[in-house]
Amino acid sequence: MNDLILKEVARFLFPFIELYGFYIVFHGHLSPGGGFAGGVVCGAGFILYTLAHGHKALYSLLPRHIWTFCESAGLAFFIFLGLVGIFVGREFLANSSAGFPLGRTGELFSSGLVFLLNLAIGLKVASTVTTLFLNLEEED
Amino acid sequence: MRPLILALILTLTAVCLVLVALEMPPLGNPSAPSQASPTTAYYNKQAVTDTGCLSHVAAIVCDYRAYDTLGETTVLFTAIAAILALKNSREGSAGE
Repeated sequence: MNDLILKEVARFLFPFIELYGFYIVFHGHLSPGGGFAGGVVCGAGFILYTLAHGHKALYSLLPRHIWTFCESAGLAFFIFLGLVGIFVGREFLANSSAGFPLGRTGELFSSGLVFLLNLAIGLKVASTVTTLFLNLEEED
Repeated sequence: MRPLILALILTLTAVCLVLVALEMPPLGNPSAPSQASPTTAYYNKQAVTDTGCLSHVAAIVCDYRAYDTLGETTVLFTAIAAILALKNSREGSAGE
């Protein structure tokens, strides 16, 4: 697609979409949203950027191996957080009983495991949506 | 003949689904099984002190039912792995 207006609008909107996606992921334990919704918003931002500027532009922004790394890192981080509970001697994916600090309710950095799990899910979903689009779209 | 059987099966399924939907209690009815269960009462009372989350959805998805969320994440991972494997195998065979 070689449209000047689309390219400029996409370039302008891209950081704001990413920021909003990060906002949803980081406030997952305080407001509606969370890792899945925020990850999809972030992925949609990358897809918009790819549609306007092409695959090469996105790969120069974030190379291909970073996407596959994020793909695995999201899931690995999730499982690692779960295993922390087992290593401390509690159940799998234990929250406060495994020593995650709950903090003060209502603050951004609170609720221990839930915050970290939202980060892992957000990373995973954003990379999944984008990788799916990149791989299915460049076929034709 | 085949469209007739198909229509019959679809109509039967639709009738079953509509009958089930008519049985369902209205949204927010306090005597509905999902509202009256002791688990709901526990979550309403304890979710904030147990997990420190203001959002009960996050408390359930990422704390009480985190194992289920791990399954969902694994589904995403498997889907991407399958797509990449299929695509790469096709590219590999096309290059030979």
